[in-house]
Amino acid sequence: MTSPYPILAILGILVVVMTLAAGLIWLERRLLALWQDRYGPNRVGPFGLLQVLADMIKIFFKEDWIPPFADKVVFVIAPAIIVGTVLMSFAVLPIAPGIIVSDLNIGLLFILGMSSIGVYSVVLAGWASDNKYSLLGGLRAAAQMLSYEVFMGLALMGVVLLAGSFQLSEIVSAQRRVWFVVPQFAGFILFLIAGVAETRRLPFDLPEAESELIAGFHSEYSGMKFGLFFVGEYLGVILISSLITILFFGGWMGPVLPPIIWFVLKMMFFICFFILLRAALPRPRFDQLMSWGWKVMLPLALANLLITGAVALAWG
Amino acid sequence: MLSTIRTLWYVFLHMFHKRVTIQYPDEKAYLAPRYRGRIILSRDPDGGERCVACHLCAEACPVDCIALQATEDENGRRYPEFFRINFSRCIFCGFCEEACPTYAIQLTPDTEMGEYKRPNLVYEKDDLLINGEGKYPGYNFWRVSGVKIGGKDKGEAENEGPPVDVHRLLP
Ligand code: SF4
Ligand code: SF4
Repeated sequence: MTSPYPILAILGILVVVMTLAAGLIWLERRLLALWQDRYGPNRVGPFGLLQVLADMIKIFFKEDWIPPFADKVVFVIAPAIIVGTVLMSFAVLPIAPGIIVSDLNIGLLFILGMSSIGVYSVVLAGWASDNKYSLLGGLRAAAQMLSYEVFMGLALMGVVLLAGSFQLSEIVSAQRRVWFVVPQFAGFILFLIAGVAETRRLPFDLPEAESELIAGFHSEYSGMKFGLFFVGEYLGVILISSLITILFFGGWMGPVLPPIIWFVLKMMFFICFFILLRAALPRPRFDQLMSWGWKVMLPLALANLLITGAVALAWG
Repeated sequence: MLSTIRTLWYVFLHMFHKRVTIQYPDEKAYLAPRYRGRIILSRDPDGGERCVACHLCAEACPVDCIALQATEDENGRRYPEFFRINFSRCIFCGFCEEACPTYAIQLTPDTEMGEYKRPNLVYEKDDLLINGEGKYPGYNFWRVSGVKIGGKDKGEAENEGPPVDVHRLLP
């Protein structure tokens, strides 16, 4: 089911995803404003849409400064890792029938692996900056993302059990009769929470907690390197939203409208939900975050997997 | 967990609330008449300068942004030769207005004083002096004070009796 013109698919997905990530900055600011009874950016162009462009021009012309005390090579590589890994993950996402770069038969594992590599970006950025706040941010990121990744994987195993495959397009096809959100509701909630933690967005933005750590792991970054972290975060949001859509909400499937529209609609819904989370929830304390992860989420994920396995076995 | 969901819902409902932003340049915020903004120097009902160059405002000013020089006209009325306020330092505290014995210096509800060059924020007397009486119409310092000036001798001010001859013993 791979696309007949892989180059076209690659370029198309790359361009669309990057534009979307930039556009999300605008969307997020507008939506946050809407939920906080403000307007947000509405001056530049229609509805303030050109604000994105203005911000881009600005960030491109910012001084790109590497602190003299930083570990230069690692400092430069770190922001590239996050964007690289997230973009790699997009390669295996089936957007619509035929619109996919590479339909790996272990697609899900690939994405989990890539997001694990993505942790390095944050940790290395914190380490290479040679700044205590950055280091604290990096440490937090390592602890948080590793522990949340554990049950993120476990929460998805229920879906894999039901679909009988790691291949994302297979998983979508397996939801022809009923979306996996119904039999795997617990898995969906767990994955949602883990996904937010994985993208380091509020309420799980402890690695960059402005009020405690200045900007956490990217305190020392400026110019386009900071921009890459920023874009990486939004790419992560798009990725997690797409994953939720694909794994639990039937991907491109839906009546009447063409598949790609359905996919984008479902994905946008979850992106907006991510933004709503940011608008509404305060940040937990770090020890609360960790104990919540290990003492609540992990046992729940295990129980979910156990029950799903038992039911799947019983029904053959 | 439940409270989290409730929070989410309440925040979501804010979508349908009225926005509180005032879109400033298109839409002006209401500034109360006693708002402390651009400073002016007012005049008497009969058109003379109210300021008597007493330096009290300059003394009261916490950031020392008022500079003036006193002089006297042919009638013996004191007035400032120059009067300069550096608005790039002024913090609009209103202390000068409180200190002024003649209601000359007043703050007005105008805040739109933006400039591209800092020196343009130094206002001279010409820029400060207005042709009206500001917030205290009808008040004329020289008419209520006992000071003698040309055209008004001792004892001729409002509510003032004729001067007492201190050398006479009779009451
Ligand atoms: S408002 Fe305050 S700071 Fe400004 S001139 Fe008057 S006393 Fe000085
Ligand atoms: S403005 Fe008022 S306080 Fe200041 S010098 Fe003139 S009379 Fe005195």
